[in-house]
Amino acid sequence: MSVAAPIKTAYGRRRRNHEFSLGFHAVVVVVAGYILLAFSKNSNLPSDLPFILGGMLGLYAIAHLAIRRLAPNADATLLPIAAMLNGIGFVAISRLSQGTARNQAVWAVVGVGLFIMTLIVIRDIRVIAKYRYTCALVGVGLLILPRAPSPIGVTINGARIWARLGPISFQPGELAKVLLTAFFAAYLVDTRELLQRGTKSIGRIKLPDPRHLAPVLAIWAISMMVLVLEKDLGSSLLQFCVFTSMMYVATNRGSYLFGGALLFATSAYFSYRAFSHVRIRVTTWLNPWPVAQSSGYQVVQSWFAFANGGATGKGFGLGSPDRVPVAVSDFIMAAIGEELGLFGTVAIVLLILLLVGTGLRIAIDHPEPFTKLFVTGLTVILAVQTFVIVGGVTRLIPLTGVTLPFVSYGGSSLIGNFIVLALLARASDSAVARQIGPRA
Amino acid sequence: MNNPIRRVGFGLMLLLLLLVAQLSYVQVVRATQLSKDPTNFRVTQRDFIRRRGQILTIDGVIIAESMPSNDQLKLQRVYPHGKLYAHITGFYSLLYNATGVEKFYNDQLLGNNNPNVSGIDALFGPDPTRNVRLTIDSIAQQAAARELRGRRGSVVVLDTRTGGIVAMYSNPTFDPNLISDHNDTHAKEAFDGLTADPTNPMRSRATGRRYPPGSTFKVVTTAIAFDAGIATPESTFPILHQLNLPLNGGTLSNFNNVSCGGQLKFAFQQSCNVVFGQLGLTLGETLASGGERFGLNHDAPPLDIAPKIDGSLGAIPGTFQRSQPLFARDAIGQADTQTTPLEMALVAESVATGGTMLVPHFLAQVEDPTHPNPSAPQASAKIWRSVMQPSTASALNALMQTVVQSGTGTEAQIPGIVVAGKTGTAQTGIAGKSPHAWFIGFAPAQAPRYAIAVMVENGGGFGDNATGGKVAAPIAREVLRALFAKRS
Repeated sequence: MSVAAPIKTAYGRRRRNHEFSLGFHAVVVVVAGYILLAFSKNSNLPSDLPFILGGMLGLYAIAHLAIRRLAPNADATLLPIAAMLNGIGFVAISRLSQGTARNQAVWAVVGVGLFIMTLIVIRDIRVIAKYRYTCALVGVGLLILPRAPSPIGVTINGARIWARLGPISFQPGELAKVLLTAFFAAYLVDTRELLQRGTKSIGRIKLPDPRHLAPVLAIWAISMMVLVLEKDLGSSLLQFCVFTSMMYVATNRGSYLFGGALLFATSAYFSYRAFSHVRIRVTTWLNPWPVAQSSGYQVVQSWFAFANGGATGKGFGLGSPDRVPVAVSDFIMAAIGEELGLFGTVAIVLLILLLVGTGLRIAIDHPEPFTKLFVTGLTVILAVQTFVIVGGVTRLIPLTGVTLPFVSYGGSSLIGNFIVLALLARASDSAVARQIGPRA
Repeated sequence: MNNPIRRVGFGLMLLLLLLVAQLSYVQVVRATQLSKDPTNFRVTQRDFIRRRGQILTIDGVIIAESMPSNDQLKLQRVYPHGKLYAHITGFYSLLYNATGVEKFYNDQLLGNNNPNVSGIDALFGPDPTRNVRLTIDSIAQQAAARELRGRRGSVVVLDTRTGGIVAMYSNPTFDPNLISDHNDTHAKEAFDGLTADPTNPMRSRATGRRYPPGSTFKVVTTAIAFDAGIATPESTFPILHQLNLPLNGGTLSNFNNVSCGGQLKFAFQQSCNVVFGQLGLTLGETLASGGERFGLNHDAPPLDIAPKIDGSLGAIPGTFQRSQPLFARDAIGQADTQTTPLEMALVAESVATGGTMLVPHFLAQVEDPTHPNPSAPQASAKIWRSVMQPSTASALNALMQTVVQSGTGTEAQIPGIVVAGKTGTAQTGIAGKSPHAWFIGFAPAQAPRYAIAVMVENGGGFGDNATGGKVAAPIAREVLRALFAKRS
């Protein structure tokens, strides 16, 4: 299928103008935060302010112009929300460590670069469906990569989820989840009618033919196994939720949700029995106080930071978020909670909620089943990942380490998120284009 | 597919709203309670930046005070005398919290619950902080540090009328200013260096380490024997070169392998091992139960700034039948007998007071600089243990006087003041390690004022010729002389 030049519509132009104005406000908020942070340390404007201001404005201006050219009808809120989340994260990181913030700025540039690249390369989301098995193979391959012998597979901070290519270490899992979601979407679109109907009966329960379920179950089982072996519980939970909800959306059968929940409960129980690190996580979650100096240290310090922030927060630079371990990545929410308070943390959650709402609206608006399913999967990743990490650091659920989308420090995660953002933009652009049609 | 997508969306929204609920719970509902949790670093930091009173010696020397600093924390805790009072004041560090007086009188120094400052005054009114005056006398503390001359060891001086600690100095020591540094890197460097140091400078040897007390323990053995009616100063023992111990327990010999014996009072004066070894065997289980009266194998002395100091050990009750040779060695302050210098100062004090050990303490009084109260009650003497009868104490007082007049402790004599004492030269039980030199005593013997214990680890460079009389007694003399010179 060939795709001509982007279709420009009046509707799209209005969206682009909204995007410009929203993005401008996001940049204002972030730069104001950066200035406040500087004033809390000394009473001078930070010397790198023009650079930060110019860099932020420039980066998002470029991304905005790219959307104008490459996906002119895309949703107007995607880029501004990403800019706001990434910007607040950047200020919170530079409050903790200037060096880490510089790295994060570089990753943001790379991320926006890949955002534009993705928009250029993928003119039609359905192209991805053609490469479903390539996606599956590469996805599983990326998941296994950290298990490769060093120097390729490396262990950092106790988690073997890193791979090294030359001087760069990255987490292949961040890209793998996008590829596996694409495979699931493509495969489920092919087989959903068979899965919906159920051809084999056991008593009164109708089951789909195992032949149709086998490939998808195999890929899923392999990825789960790898993640469990890597002790990457957060990612395995994430993968599980994405898979189950995509099955449900594809078939519209509640029994898949029910079956998924049952499967999850069973596997959670067995991994609790089998792995001591899972048991430690759970007991620490139930009562961290007796182990506040050992396994419970992180979450207790995180609670202290949240509590110190209270409703309104201490203000940038005025709390002690450096007391929380790994505050720049997994515990970034605690750092934000201490200095921006409940207002700040709820704002972050609402921004994610807006992004999730936008994603699902794109899925609903889009006429084409693969895109619907793929976009739903990508959106579920964003939402569940947020739930897992923020729930973990607030002790709502046992702590498992994943990043907070766009906010946490981490190159692979940021790049993965920008690619997802580009895919959402591409999907929403084509949804509008199909409905309104060419007017140019 | 749109309906299931909507339902998934509803589910995801629910998840994210659960986060909002939990965030509200932690940041609002639980916030107050979490912000008061004593393990919360921020509580420490809040206290840390508050004004804080001075720590003073009894003679008014400032040994800890807060000075303005140029950094975020505004106030820097300063110890003007560096290492001299380190084991007493402790340090006050953001990174390592507080120790010593800084820790145990924290509330008083901060002025928490100051009865003179109430309500709104506490926030905006006069300085609520209070000063903590200690029983430590700067003259005695300086003399102790000077006379130890850098040798590893410890000096403890007690006020026999109040139980107050007049001096407590140990080598090696450390500079609390370095650990209290606001620069985390510097503080960590200093702290790590001190914890890595095998000589353990941060632990006070006066309370935190047990040593064999050697012959100074004969004071305890004698007290138990007198109290039990088993011996008197005039009891006579055979003159022996060495004592053969029962149960093939080897032999016990005298210092320099001389022969000695005869009347107990002469044996005490010359520190004759065979006599006290024999006395230990005669006492048997009584030695163990008597030792418990002195606090051995029991609680550590209840010191006000260090509730977890080490207790002392002695003969183990119920074991006499099978370990008789050990009891002979325990009786002369070796084998199972392991005491802290503070414990031995309390032994000397118990003879001086006529039979009681007083509760040792550092606090003289808490003072409010804005409400001077000259009639503030002085901390009064509290009895910790009654360890011997008055008659036993006065007999031992006389024996200890003869040790300094013409026995092993003549180096402790002070012109014009009668000093009573007992020397000790304690084998370490480790090959190649010179014995520890001890002296315990009190003065003036007729109307005691100060009790003292001096311990120099491994003889402090005198090698195997080191004795308590040669090494420790002169230190005790100089410290006591400094105290009496000041009072007259």
